[in-house]
Amino acid sequence: MFENLQQRLEDAIKKLRGQSKLTEENIDEALKEVRKALLDADVNFDVAKGFIEQVKEKAIGTEVKGKVSPDQLIVKIIHDELVSVMGSSKSDLLHAPHAPTIIMIAGLQGSGKTTFSGKLAASLRKKGRQPLLVACDVYRPAAVDQLKTLGEQIGAPVFTMEGANPVSIATEALVYARKFARDYIIIDTAGRLTIDEAMMQEVADIKEKVSPHEILFVCDAMTGQDAVNTAKAFHERLSLTGVVLSKLDGDTRGGAALSIRQVVGKPIKFVSTGEKMDALEPFHPDRIASRILGMGDIVSLVEKAQSQYDEKEAEKIEAKIKKGEFNFNDFMEQMSMIRKMGSLKDLLGMIPGMDKAMRNVEIDDSAFTKVEAIINSMTKKEREQPKILNGSRRLRIAKGSGTSIQEVNRLIKQFEDMQKMMKQMTNGKMKMPKMPTGGFMPGMFGRRN
Amino acid sequence: MGLFDKLKAKVSAAVNTVAETFSVDRLKEGLEKTRTSFVSKLTSLLSGRKIDAALLEELEAILISADIGVDTTERILNGIKEKVKKEGFENAEDVYDILKAEIGEILIASPSSTMDAAYSVNEGNKPHVILVVGVNGVGKTTTIGKLSNNYKKAGKEVIIGAADTFRAAANEQLEVWAERAGVDIVQQKQGADPAAVAYDTLQAAIARGKDVVIIDTAGRLHNKTGLMAELEKIGRVMKKLKQDTPDDVFLVLDATTGQNAILQAKEFSKVVPVTGLVLTKLDGTAKGGVVIAIANELKLPVRYIGVGEKIDDLQPFDTVRFVEALFESPVKEDA
Repeated sequence: MFENLQQRLEDAIKKLRGQSKLTEENIDEALKEVRKALLDADVNFDVAKGFIEQVKEKAIGTEVKGKVSPDQLIVKIIHDELVSVMGSSKSDLLHAPHAPTIIMIAGLQGSGKTTFSGKLAASLRKKGRQPLLVACDVYRPAAVDQLKTLGEQIGAPVFTMEGANPVSIATEALVYARKFARDYIIIDTAGRLTIDEAMMQEVADIKEKVSPHEILFVCDAMTGQDAVNTAKAFHERLSLTGVVLSKLDGDTRGGAALSIRQVVGKPIKFVSTGEKMDALEPFHPDRIASRILGMGDIVSLVEKAQSQYDEKEAEKIEAKIKKGEFNFNDFMEQMSMIRKMGSLKDLLGMIPGMDKAMRNVEIDDSAFTKVEAIINSMTKKEREQPKILNGSRRLRIAKGSGTSIQEVNRLIKQFEDMQKMMKQMTNGKMKMPKMPTGGFMPGMFGRRN
Repeated sequence: MGLFDKLKAKVSAAVNTVAETFSVDRLKEGLEKTRTSFVSKLTSLLSGRKIDAALLEELEAILISADIGVDTTERILNGIKEKVKKEGFENAEDVYDILKAEIGEILIASPSSTMDAAYSVNEGNKPHVILVVGVNGVGKTTTIGKLSNNYKKAGKEVIIGAADTFRAAANEQLEVWAERAGVDIVQQKQGADPAAVAYDTLQAAIARGKDVVIIDTAGRLHNKTGLMAELEKIGRVMKKLKQDTPDDVFLVLDATTGQNAILQAKEFSKVVPVTGLVLTKLDGTAKGGVVIAIANELKLPVRYIGVGEKIDDLQPFDTVRFVEALFESPVKEDA
């Protein structure tokens, strides 16, 4: 369903080869694909339509320069436009001049409000703040218990009042917070449908009574076309100050983010993934832009690679490969460079198309550790001249690294294969990717489930 | 009349009583928001116009806005164009019935239309084990509460297994539902092995001669391999007590979910044999159009739909009634 957009665009734009300018006619086909990508990502229909029109305007007349192909150029224009639409910079949690800062959390049922409340409290605790969680969901069975359990886990008190209505709970919580010098109050409200007038009135009443500094709308990233209507309805009632995007994992494209940003005009402040209490991240518009387009997070990956990759170092290594001198020392260096960039699974997930391919592969970063142990157990000479690794040397290495002779053999075999492959690449038989992928060998760290 | 026939008669009588409690009105009421926006948009588009490209484009917007998805919308539009061409329709009003027929066709061709007897149990294969799965926050626990209630109303003895040992207070939430439905529940501490809870539940069900076992599981995103493997284990462990368990795996989907629902269904089907879908939260403003996309793209039947928060707001999914309820408008009734 979600094929790689870049691939689809390329197909659509094949006719454009050799054209030096993007014109209305030649980009129509490509933009059709983009529109489909947006809609498949659940971007609101009207938002997608308006967006495509804007992109078209920008793209027409843009010259195709240098090595950039027309489809790449279009993707870049679209990507940049998406980023700018979603707010180019990240937006932090407001901080009231006089404590306590009051934060109200609202949203539909099951959007992840309680989990987010817990995470927010945890992140404030980490910063040395004194948050108070307030349990205003008196409707869902055991919602109060859930918040209590979370509060215990993260070491934040939870304010509850048995049998009271949510408005008085919130009001009393405020008194309590002042008395016990809590500097942040997080009010977890019940999930409600926008068409439920009594419930919408209730949350509006809470707002009226406690005047929150921050009113965050929690939106499930998997929400479909209706996300906009829901957000709009909440905004009209509460004047939201920000949005939280929850459940943005794996293949969730999160088109709702773009739609809501457009319609409500408020920043997306957090991305809440998973149920672990530390899984709360600030929102990065560029990453979401790539996801919506189904092109992985190539921008971040390139940035990461650039920051770790030294051009001169690369040339040195290339020369070595050419001469067949690439040895285990270089290999180690390459590997540490990759490791500095983050976990392998994260990295691979950022490559377009890879996200899907890697979904069912558990990547074990500890495999790195084993490889390192093996190489560290080699003598200096062995590392420089892998050819001398005979049977008894291999056995010694296996013992020294706490691995088996099979594992050592496998590593050496893979290393040799890689040497061959790299030599071919640099000899021009294959194109060398401009990425520090030298140390990565398929099959070495992956285990298919 | 043999024993089997007697049982059959008894079961069908029970099913009928359950079915009666779900009047068409209830479905209509639940779908009210879906209907008013979808139908009112349609009628205002189609009244007094001629069929042309611009009209079809606007129709496309309505369908996509209802979460029907790009591919399914395309299929529907092509069907409409074909019929218009073949039979020479000109007035836009005619599109209304063509569209209804197209959507009906998709739903009827899907497995959803072969309705299994709702809330019935194969007497020779008791206890009937139902595993309920889904991503976080779709309403699994609530659905289980409603399912138990309905099975109980149909005269079945139900036991619930609280295998969501992960989420804080999931146990307590399920306990409340079990109490409301008046059924047994088996639970362990938070953090316990879900497979062990499932095993215990099935064991208790066999010992106590229960008819139906419903296992709640923790919400999991379909791309989390480890969590998905856990689901597999639950099924595996229960097989030790009863072959071919679970008899049913219900995947619960949130009607507000967009195109991701299709991916969820695909991914869950890879680890557990999903036998049916339960679509929840159809009482919101979401159009549940993803049902049509699912019918078009997947081979999975929609078994039940949730149209409200009350314990009896879960109904068997009936394709014909769904289409009727979706398209029934005051305007049409007057005409």
